[in-house]
Amino acid sequence: MAVIIDHLKCNGCKDAMESRCEAVCPGSLMIRNEDNKAVIRNMADCWDCMACVKVCPLQAIKTKLPYELAAFGAELIPKTTNKQIVWTLKYPDGREEVFTIPIEAI
Amino acid sequence: MAKNSDENNIMLNPIIVLLETDLLIIGGGTAGCLAAIEAKELNPDINVTVVEKANIIRSGCLAAGMNAINAYLNPGETPESFTKYVRYDACGLLREDLVLSQASEFEYVVKKVESWGLPILKDSNGNYQPRGRWNIKINGEKLKPIIAQKTIKSGVKVINRAFATNYIIEKGSIRGVYAVSTNESKFYVIKAKKTIVATGGAAGIYKPNNTGNARHKIWYSPFNAGAGYAMGIRAGAEMTSFEHRFIALRTKDIISPTGTLALGFGAPQINASNEKFMQTKLSHVGGEGAPTPYRVYGPTREIKEGCGPCYMDTTHLSKEQAYELKKSFLDMYPDIVLYWAANGIEPDQQPIEIQGTEPYIMGGHNQAGYWVDVNRKTSLPGLFAAGDVSGGAPYKFVSGCFAEGVIAARQAVKEIMLDCNSASEQNKSLNTEQLNTEQLNTESINITEQLLEKELERVYLPLHRHYTQKQGITYEEMETRLQKIMDEYAGGVSSYYEMSEPRLMEAEKKLQQLRNQIPFLIAKDYFELMNVHEVIDRIDVAEVLVQHLLYRQETRWPAYQSRTDYPERNDGKWLKFVNSIRDKNGEIKIIERPYEQIVPGDRYLP
Repeated sequence: MAVIIDHLKCNGCKDAMESRCEAVCPGSLMIRNEDNKAVIRNMADCWDCMACVKVCPLQAIKTKLPYELAAFGAELIPKTTNKQIVWTLKYPDGREEVFTIPIEAI
Repeated sequence: MAKNSDENNIMLNPIIVLLETDLLIIGGGTAGCLAAIEAKELNPDINVTVVEKANIIRSGCLAAGMNAINAYLNPGETPESFTKYVRYDACGLLREDLVLSQASEFEYVVKKVESWGLPILKDSNGNYQPRGRWNIKINGEKLKPIIAQKTIKSGVKVINRAFATNYIIEKGSIRGVYAVSTNESKFYVIKAKKTIVATGGAAGIYKPNNTGNARHKIWYSPFNAGAGYAMGIRAGAEMTSFEHRFIALRTKDIISPTGTLALGFGAPQINASNEKFMQTKLSHVGGEGAPTPYRVYGPTREIKEGCGPCYMDTTHLSKEQAYELKKSFLDMYPDIVLYWAANGIEPDQQPIEIQGTEPYIMGGHNQAGYWVDVNRKTSLPGLFAAGDVSGGAPYKFVSGCFAEGVIAARQAVKEIMLDCNSASEQNKSLNTEQLNTEQLNTESINITEQLLEKELERVYLPLHRHYTQKQGITYEEMETRLQKIMDEYAGGVSSYYEMSEPRLMEAEKKLQQLRNQIPFLIAKDYFELMNVHEVIDRIDVAEVLVQHLLYRQETRWPAYQSRTDYPERNDGKWLKFVNSIRDKNGEIKIIERPYEQIVPGDRYLP
């Protein structure tokens, strides 16, 4: 599986010891390059847990399902706040579905 | 070029970091963190250290979150009724003492994690919302960060980005671990009074369903590489039930959970002709509610016999229920929702195709792992095991891993405090013998140094080889070869999980050839060095696994352990545990251990 990182949006979490996506990857796959932008060491090693996608405050990371598994054109974008995650699911035909999931105590 | 050779020099000559702690926990996942917190609560003066190869914030199996606790005693249930059900699910063979002891802690651990901030869904009377007999619903997206933050707040020392390579052994006892940093030139020697191993089980032994960039689209964490098993095997620990493999029944391609479909949304399994085959063909073992192995065996047999594809039928759902189903998946497995959207699948319009995954070795759903006593002490003095690496107690899932962490920590802390007291007593009375004691200590330091040198050489060999010889085998090449051997000869997906003695003996031979190739492995940096050691660990696990599969001459858990040469279950001969110890010469010796029934009743009824 893989994530696509938008280097125009990514700021490498500035001078943080570990960027947010580095900190949450259970496989230690995220690192920052010489320009302080997040990169994934090896696309094929990603578990697709989406921890990095959800944690990025700039929404610079997107999940990409390999074409082997999924057709082109759909997107799933989370927006995380303290209390909830709002997921926007975009269909290839332009339709959208929105889901709100609480993450703090109910 | 001078700069490069300096860099190589630093890489090949790491700084040795010596650390001492009272309690060392290897692996900062679910079980490890719960153990660390419990130990600190029992005695804040005890030094507790967790060593973790990623960062505990999301490491381990819970990175994506969970939407249910699947081992809990809902109203009216008891540890005995739970054990009876788990015994049924494990086809009549398990360590009842261990399952009883974990079930007795469910209430304690679940309440505990709830008090740290885990949202558990409640009805209007404030009771947990059941989802089946043993399940409650949670909003568990942040389950791991909640546990990790509590670990840090409790005063536990956490070493992130270091992978364990071998135990430190002194006079036959486990006294800590060697570990390598994945991003710095550091080699840790962490000495401990007591050690709890909580590294999880092993994925990546068998060829996965998907390939290429989707090769890690698997059920179990691909980062659980069996390090804890391998270190135990190399140190001569007694292991149990590796042949009780785990195969998850999942949605096809995207490998997301089917429990949410079955338990949460009442979807039955059907074949290509809409036949509810679990009900029509497997009602004698429980139909839709049959033990877990049969729920994998059923559809696998349908597909083998040409009756596939198989599905879970969700077409009875309303539009609103389909929306709720997607929401439920977003809490633990978001990408199935994306997969459906991309491929034009609406769960209320068409059934969801299912398949079995490749097999995994783990003690959380099944019972592969260290042979432990009821306090989770392994056969190696000074070493405890908790969570998926610990054997004999299936159906742990998340809460059982919490429970085992807590149980192991209690006993480890007790022993640390006892040893402290008796040591200070001895110091008072043995002043005259101080000289002798000092001599003894110097001797033990020398032994440790020799072992340290040996371990350094073993661990860094793939880096040395890369920088001196420039050619060899990459971890990816060896991993692919291992997975191919296991898939084809030891019951992988491609052979419908079936195996027989001649095929297993072929696996044994090919694994031996693979072992002989280990010296040719190369790594260009510390991260690849970890990958290389992960594949070496997997070979150690695979060799033990093949011996276990060969030894059990019956089929106790269809699909998990299907012997075509012994297709029936045989309680007369095989109602016992298959255990093993690898001796100093590398030979794997099998030991049989008796089964003990504690909870009365028919062992094949829930």
